[in-house]
Amino acid sequence: MNQTITADTIWQALQNVKDPEIPVVSVVEMGIVRAVSVSDEGVVVIKMTPTFSGCPALHVIQREIEAQVKALGVNLVTVETTFNPPWTSDWITDEAREKLRQFGLAPPPKHGGNLISVAALDVAACPRCNSTNTILKNGFGPTLCRMIWYCHDCQDAFEQFKPL
Amino acid sequence: MILTPERQQALADYLLALADDELILAHRNSEWTGHGPILEEDIAFTNIALDEMGHAKIWYGLVHKLTGDDPDRLVFFRDAADYRNVQMVELPKGDWAFSLLRQYLFDTAETARLPYLAQSSYPPIAAAAAKIRPEEIYHLRHTQSWVKRLGLGTDESNRRMQNGLNDLWPYAQQMFAPLPGEDLLAAAGIVGAGTAVHAAWLNVVTQHLTDSGLQIPANDQPPTNGRANHTSHLDALLADMQLVARLDPKAKW
Repeated sequence: MNQTITADTIWQALQNVKDPEIPVVSVVEMGIVRAVSVSDEGVVVIKMTPTFSGCPALHVIQREIEAQVKALGVNLVTVETTFNPPWTSDWITDEAREKLRQFGLAPPPKHGGNLISVAALDVAACPRCNSTNTILKNGFGPTLCRMIWYCHDCQDAFEQFKPL
Repeated sequence: MILTPERQQALADYLLALADDELILAHRNSEWTGHGPILEEDIAFTNIALDEMGHAKIWYGLVHKLTGDDPDRLVFFRDAADYRNVQMVELPKGDWAFSLLRQYLFDTAETARLPYLAQSSYPPIAAAAAKIRPEEIYHLRHTQSWVKRLGLGTDESNRRMQNGLNDLWPYAQQMFAPLPGEDLLAAAGIVGAGTAVHAAWLNVVTQHLTDSGLQIPANDQPPTNGRANHTSHLDALLADMQLVARLDPKAKW
């Protein structure tokens, strides 16, 4: 096995694993990968967490993480799933938020653990024109992590990544 | 908190009941996929079904931790008599008022129960509840607003909602009927006492249903309190849900 493999190398390689439902951001930027460890014997253990409990992309992500690590020359890799602590959209990095916006998805507002306040506030800036003259049309969308909004200024619908 | 053999058995039964409720309701709701009254609700109900399936998976995972039972076996290879869901969730989907109201009654029950589970002295339950709670906020927000909209809508929408409520109200009470050994779990701070959860739920739904122009039915006696008793609707549901898995039990997905 390659002696230069470190946790840092792996974190970097995992930037290549994209969220299958939002292919512009990596699972690292989304906060889905929680921990990477490399033992003295070269065994790699990766901890990941699902965004939504019912996320159907979970197994795909798990497989791709494994494949990406094996491509570095690592033979023994385990990808563990944990939901403790639960994933929160606050973990999405600022760069990833900008990528989401450019992809056409309004980023979720940060809520600092007080989700109900944001859910009650119902704010989303239109990813096209940045207007907040918007209205929530459906608290659910084409995937578990998206909601459908309407922008009164663009007069068109857009999606927001759901705050969680 | 020490998990004595008695508590362990009671806990496995309790978690299986939670998991089966979520799974069977998720399956029923998935029957609306492609058949919703409007596109928006087609999307919403499908999402809610998938969320509940995710929650079922979490609870089955905890059952597995205690008993070693494989979640896939529990879902695909148990017969109706071994399922522990309440009858409310196995009833056919009915009209959309019925399905919506059922989901509302279920969401409010979960919302009443989860704060207790989040405080559980058994850490895996506390962690599971912490994961599930934020997702439930979206369910309840959606179903409670539709209950109001339809309850206070037209004569027709009110009539359908009231009919649905008359049918569902006795069944809904079964969600709070104590399970064997549940008192042991509540005494050890592992789960909330069923009576307290029931009272909290009754308070919330009575207010909201009344505000929505609906009358609380007088009949509040569930047809059964035993979770081993099922209607023939569950057999039909399982035949559909388990068909592919049972055709070739050794197949790899």
